[in-house]
Amino acid sequence: MTIRPTQQAPADTSWVGVARRPRRDFRRVREFAIRWGVLIALGIVWEVAARLAGSLFFPPLSRVIERFVELWLSGPPSSLFFTEAVATNILPSLLRMASGWSIAVVLGVLLGVAIGRSRVLGDFVEPIVHFVRAIPPPALIPIFLILLGFGTEMRVSLIAFAVIWPVLLNTIDGVRSVETLHLDTGRIFHFDRRKVFFGVVLPSAAPKIFAGMRVSLSVAIIIMVISEMVGRPDGIGNVILGAQRTYRMADMWAGILLLGILGYVLNALLALVESRVTRWHRGSREGVS
Amino acid sequence: MSVATTATDLLTIEGLGHVYDGKQPFEAIGRLDFTVPEGSFVSIVGPSGCGKTTMLRCLSGLMKPTRGTVYLGGEPVTGVPRDLALVFQDYSRSLFPWRTVAGNVAYVLPRSMPKEERAARVAESLEAVGLGAAGDKYPWQLSGGMQQRVAIARALAYRPKILLMDEPFASVDAQTRAELEDLMLAVREQFGMTILFVTHDIDESVYLADRVLVLSKSPSTIVATIDVDLPRPRDQVSTRELDAFVHLRSDIARMIRDQSMRKPGTTPVLDEGGTAS
Repeated sequence: MTIRPTQQAPADTSWVGVARRPRRDFRRVREFAIRWGVLIALGIVWEVAARLAGSLFFPPLSRVIERFVELWLSGPPSSLFFTEAVATNILPSLLRMASGWSIAVVLGVLLGVAIGRSRVLGDFVEPIVHFVRAIPPPALIPIFLILLGFGTEMRVSLIAFAVIWPVLLNTIDGVRSVETLHLDTGRIFHFDRRKVFFGVVLPSAAPKIFAGMRVSLSVAIIIMVISEMVGRPDGIGNVILGAQRTYRMADMWAGILLLGILGYVLNALLALVESRVTRWHRGSREGVS
Repeated sequence: MSVATTATDLLTIEGLGHVYDGKQPFEAIGRLDFTVPEGSFVSIVGPSGCGKTTMLRCLSGLMKPTRGTVYLGGEPVTGVPRDLALVFQDYSRSLFPWRTVAGNVAYVLPRSMPKEERAARVAESLEAVGLGAAGDKYPWQLSGGMQQRVAIARALAYRPKILLMDEPFASVDAQTRAELEDLMLAVREQFGMTILFVTHDIDESVYLADRVLVLSKSPSTIVATIDVDLPRPRDQVSTRELDAFVHLRSDIARMIRDQSMRKPGTTPVLDEGGTAS
């Protein structure tokens, strides 16, 4: 066998570039600064405008933040400064949202794989899916109230119903776009159903499934709040509605601020998980070789 | 020397033909009859668009041919046989980008295999293709030639009796290609496999094989079967300068050129049903 030592050279440059990282970090810091700078500027504008206007309905931001801390962050150090109101108001909301969203993700992925993999099932089910998902979920609240009562079951199911669609449709799409060659490879090497599902179909569809999960998460927060404005009074939605009805405007705004923060943090967490799980997707897209 | 006279046939193809249905049915394969003796290296070479990929899909059981039967070890092929592996031309879409190199290789091994045996099998296969140190990389971090090595290692770990290869080196540069050719000769010795190698590169087909089958344009038929009596071990430089090598490649090139110039529809070999002996 003749050996050509020069042949090794191009391969070495193709490992993931370390040299590129500093520049990327710098860009990230700048983006970060711009994004937060704008937010802080908006906060200042609010503060000044609210003080000038002196309206009951638009308290200054500093007052809102003050109430925010009083309501939820002035507890004893033993409970990480969280107040009892966190346990009675926020936690149940989050739990309901998490369970509704999780149920939707699991069901959406399972159904999506089934529909995406079977042409017959797809033909039967898809028109129904597109019809049902077109109904705005809040319109179904009366039905959910009748069927499931005024408490947690109603809220969790309403959330699950509302947020299943992005996951379901994205999963169907993701499953249908699995590389034929990957499936052929599975057939050549005698993959059983489990291997095909967990080793080929699910990872291929993962980037699209995650995209669906993120859309679902933001919808889940919306439906969570709406579902808490009806039925038994508890949760963040009820805090906001209750405060508005009793003219505690700073409390109302604090609740709104809380929702914004929750949405942001949850989305960031999911994005973090996503980038971990689908690291290969970005890597293979960037085409290092 | 011809292997056919001393060994039994591992793969037997009888009257294979395939027509793609549709508004304008397309006859990809006219009629193919050939055998691949156990332990031999058989190349199939033909002009572009001669239905090579269709043929391999039929041979591997991925696709059911319209006519004819494929026998592997005497058994008719209905699904994909366990004793067969196929290396695709498009390695980048055949390897799983979400698995590491070692993970790609390990994934074709049965779940029941003990951990140590699995690790040993993966290490041995990667070692055989010269990628012993790249197990933790992802395929997309490797060059094209190295990715195809991973695909070959995966097939080796699977321990097939026969390895089918579909123009495996068509999309790598000439240097890498020569290396991979020698790699195939080496792993064939090490693992004692039968190899059916489809290519459009005439030199490659002669350099590697014990026997070269020349295909016609679609609907494809076998134009010639040529036994390659070049000495082994083969060498990229000295083998290619042998008179015998030069003559073989010229003969085959001439046949393929004649095939390419032939107008479609003037097939001299075929009858309509493809059932003639």
